[in-house]
Amino acid sequence: MAPVRIVGLHKRYGGFHAVRGIDLDIADGEFTVLVGPSGCGKSTLLRTIAGLEDISEGEIWIGGEIVNDMRPRDRDVAMVFQDYALYPHMSVENNIGFGLKARKLPKPEIDTRVAAAAKMLGIVPLLQRLPRQLSGGQRQRVAIGRAIVRDPQIFLFDEPLSNLDAQLRDEMRGEIKRLHQEIGTTMIYVTHDQIEAMTLADRIVLMRDGVIEQQGSPLDLFERPASRFVAGFLGSPKMGFLAGRLARGGEGDRVVLADGVTTLPLPRGRIRNGAADGSAVLLGLRPEHMTRAQGEAPPPGVARLDATIELIQPTGSRSYATFRLGGEPVMAELQAHDVSRPGERLALDINLNRAAVFDAASERAL
Amino acid sequence: MAVAAAPRPRRRRRFPTATIARVLLLGFFLIFVLWPIYWMFNTSIKPSDDYLAIPPVWFPDEPTIVHYTAALFTYRGLQGLINSLIVSTSATALSALLGTLMAYSLARFNTGGPHLSFWVLSQRFLPPIAIVLPIFLIYRNIGIYDTHIGLILAYTVFTLPVTVWMMFAYFRQMPRSMEDAALVDGCTRWQAFWKVAVPLAAPGIVAAAVFAFIACWTEFFFALLLTSRDAFTLPTVFRAFIGFQGAQYGEAAALAIVSLGPSIALGVLAQRHLVRGLTLGAVRG
Repeated sequence: MAPVRIVGLHKRYGGFHAVRGIDLDIADGEFTVLVGPSGCGKSTLLRTIAGLEDISEGEIWIGGEIVNDMRPRDRDVAMVFQDYALYPHMSVENNIGFGLKARKLPKPEIDTRVAAAAKMLGIVPLLQRLPRQLSGGQRQRVAIGRAIVRDPQIFLFDEPLSNLDAQLRDEMRGEIKRLHQEIGTTMIYVTHDQIEAMTLADRIVLMRDGVIEQQGSPLDLFERPASRFVAGFLGSPKMGFLAGRLARGGEGDRVVLADGVTTLPLPRGRIRNGAADGSAVLLGLRPEHMTRAQGEAPPPGVARLDATIELIQPTGSRSYATFRLGGEPVMAELQAHDVSRPGERLALDINLNRAAVFDAASERAL
Repeated sequence: MAVAAAPRPRRRRRFPTATIARVLLLGFFLIFVLWPIYWMFNTSIKPSDDYLAIPPVWFPDEPTIVHYTAALFTYRGLQGLINSLIVSTSATALSALLGTLMAYSLARFNTGGPHLSFWVLSQRFLPPIAIVLPIFLIYRNIGIYDTHIGLILAYTVFTLPVTVWMMFAYFRQMPRSMEDAALVDGCTRWQAFWKVAVPLAAPGIVAAAVFAFIACWTEFFFALLLTSRDAFTLPTVFRAFIGFQGAQYGEAAALAIVSLGPSIALGVLAQRHLVRGLTLGAVRG
């Protein structure tokens, strides 16, 4: 177990600036997920921590030691790759024990540790097989076994589940989380899947174009996105964005939507910085911020209005209903029995306590 | 399993036309390929009078091995065979070893930028005749004319470009992640190369080595000019069979049959490795 500290890290490939100044502190035993769209530099950042890529500028600390010039084998990290990267010419047993053998551990100890790792992952019957005789999920288990048998200071995962089918992915996700709870080692996990990020992370580091857009606990990022990009990246279905103008003073802050009529009052103190009256804003509403109106009057911070449902997408447990708000389509997550057919008129409560407001030009949160 | 086997489809009586055509085509091709070998073997065991007899002698009444003994001992074919084996095997091994190392460096570290790899291949653009005289003079001066070493060096250099390019292509299509995994697991770059990259590239190495061996085994021009009475190779022995009193068909055929041996043996041994697919199962599904 070890903390990881990254200071002013840059990585350039010729003219391409892949990582542009990352500062990151990862506590001992923390599960950190690096997430972002493809090409955002998250995998590159992970590979620099592993030592598979050298860095152009900055420092990487692992457990109180600068590892910039250290070979991958000396950093005491283990890595699980997207394509599993098992050695095809070796049995499962030798695959798992390979790292220990390379480090010249005595044979009896290698056997004990391989057996323990195999037992932990439930792959004991597979030990004598070759990788090509395994299914995708089994291969990924072997790859994880190869990492845990080493008992490294840090685990690195590079999109380990993206080659698995949906069902297996859910299952393995749970297992990785359980693994972290059991062994408590620092883990750094790269994915482009926001659900993986939300479910696994103690801390999410959301990257974009080689820089950190926002970092914090999953709920932090989800409830208080620092920018429109973060708000749109996390959550499924996605947050809806409505253009409007900020009106201040008088009866309190409100957003007047693009149609110039619909006005949504913002809770007191919601706009913390000095955004000017009349400035262009984006109002971000998640589907779950809206419910079918209940009770006589809406609670404070909740706006009630009538909506005509245009489209219904039932999932069984919930139904996603699309309607127009200020002329633009928004999706609301309703109870399955709340709506029955398109064209229905419905009173909706919009919880503006949880809504996000962004400056339209900079797309940063207000 | 309780499920009953599906009823077998009724076997078709007549062969489809496509099958007949395929068998015919393969038959013709087989005759086309094997006929010269048959005729060569036939000639090698015929008495001299039967070489050009009309009608042709399809199989001699009294087979003889006299051509074999003459070719191998009188004309020193055996010595040529031994020399050829030494030179070709050594040059092939060197070429495979150096070529693999070089290709790995080019493929993984982009050594020398985009130009070095092409420069390697460009060594084949030069017609051999342009360099054989300088090489001959250099060899004589430094004392490796008519030695195994001299020929091994020359053959290694000539086969390297092709070996490098075959291995270069092979390493480039091989996923890096297995070597990355080995590096993180605790290997040095050198160990990752030997323990992971080389075993996975074995089919490519074998294929490149077979090409190099065949090139060395059949090479005539340099062997002719760079060797004389000691290090001469098998192809140069054939010169002796064309003399003032006509050609020694029997001896030539006998030596040709002998020279086929190593090539065929190599082909059979390497066949298993020439089939790719060792990397299947390492990545994805």
